[in-house]
Amino acid sequence: MSKSAREDWSRKIFDRLLAEGVELFGYVPDAGNKAIIEMAEESNATRPILLTSEEEGIAICAGADLVGKKAVVCMQSSGVGNCPNFLALIEGAKFPLLMIVTMRGDYGEQNPWQYPMGQAVEPVLEAMGVRCIRVETDVELGDALEAAIGGAFKAGQAMALILSQRFLGAKPFGGGAN
Amino acid sequence: MIDITLDRRDLIPALFPKPDEYLFITGLAGPAKDVCAHTGESENVFAMGGAMGSAVTTALGASLSAPDHRFICVTGDGELMMAIGSLATVASMGPTNLSVICIDNGCHGETGGQWGHTSRYTDLSMMAEGAGIPKVMTISSAGQMNEAKAFIELGEGPRFLWARVLNGPPSKVTRNWDLIQRRQIFKSGFEARQSQVE
Repeated sequence: MSKSAREDWSRKIFDRLLAEGVELFGYVPDAGNKAIIEMAEESNATRPILLTSEEEGIAICAGADLVGKKAVVCMQSSGVGNCPNFLALIEGAKFPLLMIVTMRGDYGEQNPWQYPMGQAVEPVLEAMGVRCIRVETDVELGDALEAAIGGAFKAGQAMALILSQRFLGAKPFGGGAN
Repeated sequence: MIDITLDRRDLIPALFPKPDEYLFITGLAGPAKDVCAHTGESENVFAMGGAMGSAVTTALGASLSAPDHRFICVTGDGELMMAIGSLATVASMGPTNLSVICIDNGCHGETGGQWGHTSRYTDLSMMAEGAGIPKVMTISSAGQMNEAKAFIELGEGPRFLWARVLNGPPSKVTRNWDLIQRRQIFKSGFEARQSQVE
């Protein structure tokens, strides 16, 4: 995927979240969420929060909801493995949640380390009560974004917008790179 | 070896004679009991009963989202060690309205008193300072309580209070375990506070 294409869909996601009133963007850096986080840094209405572990972002979303505000958490698929314990808080107290998961270990992956967690993302999230909406192509993004935002902030569900590697474009590299 | 004489059950009442001035997010087990016993688990308290490690960043999300209110996160040494990176996350964001209090009994009291790292070599004040928390204080006796109360009340955070306490029981309390209801109670209570501020 070209840089300008990534800017385009990242802008679409960011602008829609901004319009929804999302203020906090918890994240662990990933190539897939880089542009969204840069947009959250540039806007005066939003704040990115660099996390040491993805689970922190789950708790930040809960904390924002306790005071009537909205937050999202952005992470690479490998970070989903760090979240289940904190998802007990979300499921138990019925907090709304929106996770934006950029996939590795998915279509076209060349790093074998990424496969186990990548392939477990949806089973793990579903086991913890998070509903997954997967985006495979550009044309699906708009509807998927609405479904994820509506599920979280209108219906009060725990939602994950899963941006697949087919959508993102698999990262090409020689053996050993990550 | 430091001489620890502080009974944890005396800590929260001494620090917060008027707890309604703050919003409390507590971690599971002893810290939740100490705060709920003192406040009657009032509308300004959200106390965990699980999701160990989540108290500090839940409080961070709330404090960044409501900068006109003062937040207290009360956690334990076991929970904080599990989420020690969250102190760096707090430091980088610098919420001036957040205080983190760690009630450190040096053991895992809820599960049978098994030893914790802070009973050996781990110094949580150094870890908080190392994470970049600008204001850090350590207490271990009842005589330091006025100073600790002023530390919490005065000036801007984020701050970290390391309260080293005796390995004794937490406060006795019957909690509301309906966490869906507890979330709603906190949210409604906050809305009412917000309308008073405005």
